[in-house]
Amino acid sequence: MILVFCELKDGQLRKPSAEALSEGRRLADASGKQLGALFVGASCAGAADAAKYGADVILTAEGGTLASYSSDAFAQVVADAVKAKGATVLLAAATAVGKDVAPRAAARLAAGYASDATALSIVDGKLQAVRPVYAGKAFATTSFASAFQVATTRPNVFPAAEKAGAGAVEALAAPTGDFKAVVKEILAKAGGKVDLSEANVIVSGGRGMKDGANFKLLEEFADAIGGVVGASRAAVDAGWGLPHSMQVGQTGKVVSPTLYIACGISGAIQHIAGMSGSKFIVAINKDPEAPIFKLASYGIVGDLFEVVPELTKAAKAMGIGSN
Amino acid sequence: MKILVALKQVPDTESRIKVAADGRSLDPADVKWITSPYDEYALEEAIRIKEAKGAEVVALSVGTDAAKDVLKNALALGADTAVLLKGDGQGDAFAVAQMIAAYVKDKGFDLILCGNKGLGGDNAAMGPMLAELLGVGQANVVVKLELGEGTFSAERETDGGSELVVGALPAVITAQKGLNEPRYASLKGIMAAKKKTIEELDAAPAVAGAQVSALALPPERPAGRKLEGEPAAQAQALLQALKDEAKVF
Repeated sequence: MILVFCELKDGQLRKPSAEALSEGRRLADASGKQLGALFVGASCAGAADAAKYGADVILTAEGGTLASYSSDAFAQVVADAVKAKGATVLLAAATAVGKDVAPRAAARLAAGYASDATALSIVDGKLQAVRPVYAGKAFATTSFASAFQVATTRPNVFPAAEKAGAGAVEALAAPTGDFKAVVKEILAKAGGKVDLSEANVIVSGGRGMKDGANFKLLEEFADAIGGVVGASRAAVDAGWGLPHSMQVGQTGKVVSPTLYIACGISGAIQHIAGMSGSKFIVAINKDPEAPIFKLASYGIVGDLFEVVPELTKAAKAMGIGSN
Repeated sequence: MKILVALKQVPDTESRIKVAADGRSLDPADVKWITSPYDEYALEEAIRIKEAKGAEVVALSVGTDAAKDVLKNALALGADTAVLLKGDGQGDAFAVAQMIAAYVKDKGFDLILCGNKGLGGDNAAMGPMLAELLGVGQANVVVKLELGEGTFSAERETDGGSELVVGALPAVITAQKGLNEPRYASLKGIMAAKKKTIEELDAAPAVAGAQVSALALPPERPAGRKLEGEPAAQAQALLQALKDEAKVF
């Protein structure tokens, strides 16, 4: 069996989990295996959605002790499920929880682990993963020696393809408690916006923005086209009050949206490393020699303070919004 | 309180990546080696805890003699002692976690700090694997850490938000940018570090779970085009192209 650790948000299957399931389905078909979806939490209502993405079996570990996320408890549930179902491959989406629980579960299974995979295959009965290293400056093919193989899938890379599965639900026992560490409180919610790592459209600003307050221009444009705002390291480190969570680059978030619009970003190696996986790149910069133009699908040499408001205006006039 | 800080030597972020002749490793020519930036936040946090409430800070790295630079720097910044677990530095996160776990066991560490990921390898796996092997709690991607009597409380970044993780010590905490602002080594620190020795131990035997079988550069991006005209015309042309050619909208 190929088992996919899945996450729910407000009772709905999260998109990165749907992507991981779809890729799991493809691998299961290619290797003649079953696909299992595993849900862990106080309530797994909504888990049935996994059948839409090809799950043959839906495992639910439900219990009051699992109401708050605990890496050690979740890793135990996940590793136990892998063993109980005779799964050899464990996948999860490379989300905050996925990246927290998967390596811990891998250690519990004495398994190798590949994070943020962008391509997966089964070679000689074992998982093989291609993943970005050096923040995307290179791609490493990871081969496994261990009996179990664990990988997380990078959001926005694998298509979430609907394919009906049997979706037979099976309940698993929840652990009794006494965990080493638990989430006590959610301090800040993502709000209505998706995280940069999952965003389909990103509008990013760099040193050329001149001040944090000017990011309002990018917010307005991003709102008009259904995007999320990011920033370069130069902008985050400039003391403009931009949080590090906005930073795209090798020492920030590595993103792979469909569209990345770089405004006033010259294109330092460390920034390019974090966004070169974007499908389409637009560069808006005053300097025609800026290295970012070498990557750009479309380039605008000009003053972003003139161009961006025009883009917002045109987007509204054309009725554009992200799909 | 006894704190272990695990440090990794990695290529500088400005390094251009070249693939070595073996087709699966990094060509080390022209690469400048640094301490992984996330590990610097981990070390700074350990030193701040030491300054605030007293602690013994042990800096540790797994690797070849080259990794001694990372440890010398840690000593100059305020680590009390430094340990090099000698290995070829080629092991995967699981192998490194086993080596560190074997060293840590029974030494009475209250807290283990490291970066949330090693820059370059980008696996973000060693910390949680180490926590599991030691049977202790973890908090990853931490931007704020507070210690109580035998407990910790850590704020960690999540997808677009943050959450508070509480647990018992010992624990593994992995640092994120924002946790603190690392200091520079003082001349006094550098001079003091020169008198200290780095303890060299053979790394415990470990089993790798995975290995890199090929390393390749990303494919070249197709050439793009520049949009000409006045800002309003450029804006119109861009959105039209994104809609019609790229089919983004």
